[in-house]
Amino acid sequence: MAYLSKSPWILHYDASSCNGCDIEILACLTPRYDVERFGIINTGNPKHADILVITGGVNEQNRSVIQNLYDQMPHPKVVVGVGICACTGGIFKECYNIAGGVGEILPVDVWVPGCAARPEQIIDGIVKALGILEQKRADMSRAEAGA
Amino acid sequence: MNTILTAIAFLILAPVIGVLVTGVDRIITARMQGRVGPPVLQPFLDIAKLFEKERVGVWQAPAVLIFLHLAFMVVTGLIFFGGGDLLLAIFALTLSEVFLVLAAYSTRSPYAHVGAGRELIQLIAVEPVIILTAVGFYEVTGSFAASDIMNFSGLPVILLPGIFISVVCILTFKLRKSPFDLSTSHHAHQELVKGVMTEFSGSTLGMVEIAHLYEIVILLGLVYLFFVGNPILGVLAIIIVYFLEMLADNSTSRVKWLPALRGAWIITLILGGGNIIALSLL
Amino acid sequence: MIDANLITVMYVDLYVELLLFLIMFPLIPALILTVLRNENLRGIVVTAGAGICALGSILLLALPVGQNQLFFTVPAPGIALVMLVLEILIAGYLVMVSVKAKQFLITGFVLLQLLLIGGAEWLGLEGHAKVPDLLTDEFSAIMAVIIGVIGGIICIYALGYMREYHEHHKDLPDKRPKFFAILFLFLSAMFGVVFSNNLIWMYFFWEVTTLCSYLLIRYPENGEAVTNAFRALLYNLIGGACFPIAILYILMNGGSEHLGIGSLIAAGPAIALVPACLIAIAGCAKSAQLPFSSWLVGAMVAPTPVSALLHSSTMVKAGVYAIARFAPVFDGQILGMVIALIGGVTFLVTSCIAISQSNAKKVLAYSTIANLGLIVACAGVGTPEALWAAIFLIIFHAISKSLLFLSVGTVEHRVGSRDIEDMTGLAASMPKVSLMMLIGIAGMFLAPFGMLISKWASIHAFSQALPPFGMILIVILAYGSAVTVFFWAKWMGKLLEVRKWEESIEFQISRAEWAALIPLTALTIIACFGIAPISTYLIEPFLVMTYGPISELIPASNLMIMLLMLALIVVLPVLMVKILIPRRNLRRYMGGVTVHDGLMEGSIGMKREISLSNLYLEDLFPEAGLSKYGSLITIVLFCVLLIGLISGGVL
Repeated sequence: MAYLSKSPWILHYDASSCNGCDIEILACLTPRYDVERFGIINTGNPKHADILVITGGVNEQNRSVIQNLYDQMPHPKVVVGVGICACTGGIFKECYNIAGGVGEILPVDVWVPGCAARPEQIIDGIVKALGILEQKRADMSRAEAGA
Repeated sequence: MNTILTAIAFLILAPVIGVLVTGVDRIITARMQGRVGPPVLQPFLDIAKLFEKERVGVWQAPAVLIFLHLAFMVVTGLIFFGGGDLLLAIFALTLSEVFLVLAAYSTRSPYAHVGAGRELIQLIAVEPVIILTAVGFYEVTGSFAASDIMNFSGLPVILLPGIFISVVCILTFKLRKSPFDLSTSHHAHQELVKGVMTEFSGSTLGMVEIAHLYEIVILLGLVYLFFVGNPILGVLAIIIVYFLEMLADNSTSRVKWLPALRGAWIITLILGGGNIIALSLL
Repeated sequence: MIDANLITVMYVDLYVELLLFLIMFPLIPALILTVLRNENLRGIVVTAGAGICALGSILLLALPVGQNQLFFTVPAPGIALVMLVLEILIAGYLVMVSVKAKQFLITGFVLLQLLLIGGAEWLGLEGHAKVPDLLTDEFSAIMAVIIGVIGGIICIYALGYMREYHEHHKDLPDKRPKFFAILFLFLSAMFGVVFSNNLIWMYFFWEVTTLCSYLLIRYPENGEAVTNAFRALLYNLIGGACFPIAILYILMNGGSEHLGIGSLIAAGPAIALVPACLIAIAGCAKSAQLPFSSWLVGAMVAPTPVSALLHSSTMVKAGVYAIARFAPVFDGQILGMVIALIGGVTFLVTSCIAISQSNAKKVLAYSTIANLGLIVACAGVGTPEALWAAIFLIIFHAISKSLLFLSVGTVEHRVGSRDIEDMTGLAASMPKVSLMMLIGIAGMFLAPFGMLISKWASIHAFSQALPPFGMILIVILAYGSAVTVFFWAKWMGKLLEVRKWEESIEFQISRAEWAALIPLTALTIIACFGIAPISTYLIEPFLVMTYGPISELIPASNLMIMLLMLALIVVLPVLMVKILIPRRNLRRYMGGVTVHDGLMEGSIGMKREISLSNLYLEDLFPEAGLSKYGSLITIVLFCVLLIGLISGGVL
């Protein structure tokens, strides 16, 4: 019963990306890559999402926003950081307003480095995330059965 | 006995047919956009996944109201395919819709609130046509009972062309397709997030989706009734009508609610109302 | 096996006594209350009086009526004279107040009516005795129960409400003794209207209800109330003037033996159509059909129990009662169809106006007018099925609407507003009252509940009515019922829009108010579950008696499905709530910047409370414009009706 990995809906959040990675993520939805083949849908709503995809480093202003979005996603959920900025802060790392990578505030499951990350890489990262998602679901149902 | 069997068949087969229809819909839509599209069973996978998710909500009421939405959508189908009174089926459908609207209101999300208001606008845009359809069938077949209409040997569409065109027009509202995708924001999720569905997640959203599968089958059944004397023509009509809806979905942008309401009402009044009044004078 | 008629013969004396008792008894509490100043004693008198009225009316319903209408002559020779004197006194009073307020139009109409009815009395003085004065059958028994039970409940509710009313409005003079006395006088007059067979009697009681309505609307005694009271009086007098004309017509054409409702209907359309149409015009004014409707909206300035009792559940029903009585006369007649169209147009237009209103009492007022319009439409069509629908509409509307009025009144005193927007999330702060309101609203438009069954039956009935009028009515109904769904559903949604759980403020509600709200809620539910028995034991016998054998109305299997649906609504939430409720509550999604539930972060760190307002679509459904066009259409229809009447009803 692994429906979760066959229908992963993503929520895409641009933390403080230069938009390079965002364009690559949207490119995944275009006819060339067409991720809907794998049942992936880009939702605009954390309540519907399974995978939180974040581009760009976390800044002081959107710290709470990211936390908020993550909190509003129902379990099981995974976080994918796309682009080098999401991983470490990238070239913005030393800026006065940048807290660093997404890992500063959220438990990131998959890192997709790159500047900008290529669509193939992003899809690959999502597919990796699916395995973790399944694992989390199994843990969750085990915990429920135990409780 | 026959009607009970039909009703049971509806209960089991409708979701299957609904999944296939929406699955094919998604593939054809993808092909129209130059994409490959998901597997045919994707709608089923989506719903199955939703039931695997954690059950979260805003408070207790929305999930219960959504369950009632689903329950009465099924009741509508059972009445309709069980050969019951067409008007009764219509009222059950309205009841079901009202539960969806109430569920959306009860989440008190700003997006769901706007969505609920628009869902009501859609409801009142569609309601007159549906009632006139039932009356039109009564004029043609002399009965409101779906079983009597199903046994009718002629083609009601010949006497009800105006009603049929109105039904095709409002089907776009009901199938939640552009240009009348006002309340759920099926494609352009930026403006309203997900309209009425914003706060539903997991199994609650799954129930909304299942209800929609039943609704699709009921609506296609309604289209079939126009061609009831000739099953082949009926199935053909369903395919053509559904294809037209997909074409409209992919080639139009969403209209605002006011033109949508005005348009639906004027078409209903002129074509639908004119049709049944003319028919009563014949 | 005892013949049913034999039983009724045995009961005849009991009947006539019971009818007279119901008409006369409320006058006793009315008299006592006029002089009683003590509040506790008043409570006892009102409760006892209301209880006895309710019991009396239920007893009437419980007695076997038999297969015929029963007619009685009251053995009191001077009674016609007494009525005439009272009529002159009422007219004198109305002339006095209208001259004092410089409302000379009203003076004119009062004098005109006095002249007409005086003429009628003079013409028909000899033939008078031949006509039985009272009648009873299932229809008037149903009406009596509505008056006795619902009226009684509202009187009890008024005890608590009026105390709070005067606490809230300290500037107003406390005239409660007079207020309650008029309420009971009104109950007496209503019983009189529904039991009258003699049209002169009916007219007398009819005028008394108009007087009561006038007095109660001007209860707050501010400028608006007085103006609206005079408007109500004027419109009712304009309509009321048609009543004596009908009586005069009968006396001049058919002779005085047709002065009784029973014999008039039996005489057939050839004789009865013209007077029936004239009385229908009077009924349309009383039931606030367009273009008369504005008086009922204005009447909402009166205290809420008045709105519930007079202006939704009983007095305005007197109008439709009169029209429904003559339904067999309208069956298949073009003039009947014109009346039906007046009702239909009123239904559509006022339903549309109700969308644009946020004042709860105004929504209720417009929806009352709309439902009365639907009843008029059914009565005008006049087929057995249409009459079935009309009677059911009367029953369900009386119960649900009084429940709604009373719960709005209760909320108004707690929240300090009667605006629907201020009822946001009422389900949290007043859960029980909200539930009652939801039941009341559901009763007004949702499928397995009462009103919708009547709508269903009216569609069935209209589809068999005289073409193309029947189909025009159906188109009107299709649009009208869509619009109805809109304004009720958004109101329900508003109640459910709970932000957070607050402490209930229901402990402030007085015992008298609960004592009214709970039985009315119970009645709404019982009536919904009891459709089949009500139909079989009360309405069908009446229809058979009126029309002869009738075909099956709503097939029993469909009623069963309705009951099942009703059961589902009650049972499913209870069964499923454990399985369905969320394990964890999340905050609402507000674009990611939610800082706290219901708060949104604005610029420079400002936090703003979200406020959600419903759609009112004022541009699409403007109140002024719609009433103007609605009035125009109905005035044209009334002109058609009058032309038809003048040309002798041969149209």
